[in-house]
This record gives sequence, structure tokens and C-alpha cells, in this order.
Amino acid sequence: MVKGPGLRALPHCAGNLSMSDNDDFEDQPPEKLPLDSWHRNHGARMVPFAGYEMPIQYEGIKAEHDWTRSHASLFDVSHMGQLAVSGDNAAHELEKILPTAVANLPEGQMRYSLLLTEAGGIIDDLIVTNTGPHFALVVNGACKWDDIAHLREHLDDDVTLTHFDDFALLALQGPEAADVLEALVPGTADLSFMRAGLFQWNGQHVWVSRAGYTGEDGFEISIHQSHAAALADALVADERVKPAGLGARDSLRLEAGLPLYGHDLTLDTDPVSAGLGFALAKSRRQDGGYIGHAPSMARLEDGGTASRRVGLALEGRLPAREGAKVYSGEALVGTVTSGGFSPTLGHSVAMAFVETERAEPGTQLTIDVRGKRLPARVVPLPFVPHKYVRKGAS
Amino acid sequence: MPRYFTEEHEWIDVEGDSATIGITDYAQEQLGDIVFVETPQTGTELAKGAEAAVVESVKAASDVYAPISGTVTEGNAALDDDPELVNSSPEDEGWFFRLTVSDASELEGLMDEAAYKTFCEGLD
Repeated sequence: MVKGPGLRALPHCAGNLSMSDNDDFEDQPPEKLPLDSWHRNHGARMVPFAGYEMPIQYEGIKAEHDWTRSHASLFDVSHMGQLAVSGDNAAHELEKILPTAVANLPEGQMRYSLLLTEAGGIIDDLIVTNTGPHFALVVNGACKWDDIAHLREHLDDDVTLTHFDDFALLALQGPEAADVLEALVPGTADLSFMRAGLFQWNGQHVWVSRAGYTGEDGFEISIHQSHAAALADALVADERVKPAGLGARDSLRLEAGLPLYGHDLTLDTDPVSAGLGFALAKSRRQDGGYIGHAPSMARLEDGGTASRRVGLALEGRLPAREGAKVYSGEALVGTVTSGGFSPTLGHSVAMAFVETERAEPGTQLTIDVRGKRLPARVVPLPFVPHKYVRKGAS
Repeated sequence: MPRYFTEEHEWIDVEGDSATIGITDYAQEQLGDIVFVETPQTGTELAKGAEAAVVESVKAASDVYAPISGTVTEGNAALDDDPELVNSSPEDEGWFFRLTVSDASELEGLMDEAAYKTFCEGLD
């Protein structure tokens, strides 16, 4: 009846952000990330996630969430896969796999992209960056081994796929992130959203991207694992920065309307119904040449899909979580794919796939939570406005 | 007034044939920020071990089970507007519900505060 851990199983289960994220990894004990002891020393509660022991929270999810929206938070996202494709044909080879215009992606620029099946289902979502020497891909931690297999299968042998598994990835997110990082790593404040570059910190190379998963301005910093703890120390030495865990990361990305693979995006979802048509580069829609092109175009051209990913605003605090059914009157019209209490808005919100006829903002629906029908209104995403610092904006 | 504790991290205050039930400080700490509590309706007859309440944290929904059998006399209405009371005052203002004790023998074998403290230390 009730999702999630019962108090009965509390010592083992409480704290699992989502049990399914670790399903594939249950047979093996979780691995430790480079900052494992750093997290424990900072009071983190560690939980298994994506095959790693990860910090779900330090002082509390809501406090960390609010701090990120008002100051700056440090997230360790080293579980994510940091991959690179290099070689003369790298852009061409990636264009066989990604629906992105890789070949004309300028150096230092990043794009949101997808790995698709032949049927146009979503294998993973990722960020691709032209770093100059190679194309970097940052993929989801829980998917990275499958992604690597998929890339190996489809990339030609004349390009090289590298897995930077000895690099940590730190995300600094929040309205004060830019000032904090500029003081430590001069030059980073000149990046705009979805731009990246190589910088120096403490004699070390750091690859800094102005991007993130919270809806706030912020950065992701790739650094060799041997120096990650020192950088984390330097960041939290600034009183504007506190560490934040996976729990806040999840509530922040939900408010930002950003989908989470394995929940809002799966093999059974496609870019069009998921509202990710922007990832299907306009310049490649005609000629295609990538896996999943034809079914994606058919969905675009047929005026859409049977269902759409929407935002749902609830009235009260009772969360409607993944799997909850969405109704229009007595008709079942969809399913919640992620949901929870929004600390910023003070009420619950959810993302759901609903029938396209019921996907217009303003549509009144209900969500079944333990037999109660909670009123829910379709609203545009994001729930909380993005604060990205775009090029040309003052 | 004796206070009993269960291995499911509930506390029970017994006064005559009335029992007040909540979750412990250890439990709220494990659950994290509480955003919603659904308490049982007055008059609900609960068997020991039955689902009695649901507590929603930022992370997940969790059941609270009736630690003893009885008839619900009151749910804590203060939790409707202020579920954070479970975090800030779990073993006092953040109580969940009250019931009439239908079988006092069910209290036998529950832990006292010292035994519960030892129990929790064994979990970490």
C-alpha cells in the first residue's frame, strides 16, 4: 500500500532515496567514492546509490535545499560517468549515436543529449562537451556501464573511448557559487551557462562547466581524485558554501523540472513525449544518421505522442510519489514518475506522464494517494524558475 | 507515568487505560524532514501491528504500526498544520495518536527507556 520503507525496516531502509536506483547493484557491496571519508567527517549519512555509498544528507534535506537556493552548496557527483571520445573521427562517430549537432559544437560548449534505442527509447541522458582535445560525455552513474557498452558497440575502432574513473566530479550550485568559485579559480565567472573550460587550481588542472542539476546558477568541477578532498575543503572553507547530499539534489531538480533517468526517463519513454525535443538538433532532423532518428521524427511530425511529461501542482503537503495514478474524473490518464514536497513552494509537486489531451497547463486532474484523490493542476515546468546565467545576460 | 518503547521505534505513554503513541527521536532522525503525517480517525479499532499512521518525509513514506491494540480516541491535529513537530519535538508535542488500551498484557515485554537506548546503540 505504502511506498518506501516502513518504520519496521527502518535501520536498513530509511534514507534510501529510491530503492530502484540501486537494484542493479544489490549483488555487490557498494563501492566507495574518493570523498567517502570526507563526507563521513562532515556528518553525512551514507546510503547505497548507483553502486556507491553516497551522502544522502548532512544536516537535513530541507535545510540543504534552502541553502542551495539562497547561498551555495557542494554536491559530490563523482558516481557519474566521465567519459571521453577522441580521434579524428570523434565528432562524426558520435553523430551516429547522439541526436546532437556534435560536428559544429564549438570548443568549450556543452549540449544536453540522449542515447536512444533503434525504437527511439531513452537509454540515458547526458551532457556532451567539446573540450578541444576530445568530446567529453557525462552520463548517469547508474547507467554508465551500460552506456559504455552501448558506445563501444556503436563507435568505430578508429576513435578512442576513455573512462576517467580516477576523476571526481564536484557540483557547486547556488546564487553565490560564481563568486565563491571565482575567488578560488579565477576566470570561471566569465563562463556562461553551458560553457566550459580548463582552469588551474592549486597547481592542478580542473575542468569547469557552468551547468548543474538544481536550476540554480552553478558549476561542475572535474578534478583528479587525489586532489578532490583538498578542493572540497577549500570550497566549504568559504562560509557561503555547505555540503549537500543526494536528497536535496533530488528535491532541487524536481522543482527545476529536470527529469531523472530511471524514473521520468526510461527505455519506454522517448524524447518527444518526455518534452526533450530540443535535444533532437534541428540541423539533424532532416538527414538523421543517428540511432533512433526515424521513430523520433515520426513522433515529432505526427503532432506528438499519446502521452506527455507534465508538471502537476498539488494543493497540500501530502506528496504524490512515483507510481501514483493520475485521473481525469474517473478516467485513468497517467502515472506520476517523480514527486514530493517542494520546500521552495511549500506544497507538493509531481512530474507525470499523462494523456496528451490532458497535458495542457491549467487542466485539473487528481492523483490517487492511498485511496485519496488529491487535486492536481497541470502547470508549466519548471515549478521554480531557473536562474541560469546565460551569455549576453547582464 | 510509564513510557514503553518498541523495536519499531515508537514510544507509548500509558495513563490508566489511555495510551499516547509517537515515534522516537531516533526514528525522526532517521526519517529526516517530515512533511506530512496522516493520523488515524477517532474511533478506528486497531489491532496490534496494524497500519495506524503514515509519515511522509522528504525522502519517502513510512508506515507507523499500532504497537498495541485499542480504539483510537484522538489524532494529533497539530500535525496537520505543523508536521515538523515530529522533528522538533518527537517525544512530546509531536505525538501521533491516542487510544484506549484493550489488552494491557500487550505492554509486557516492551522496552523501557534504558533498554531502548541500548537497542538503538546496537543498530549504529
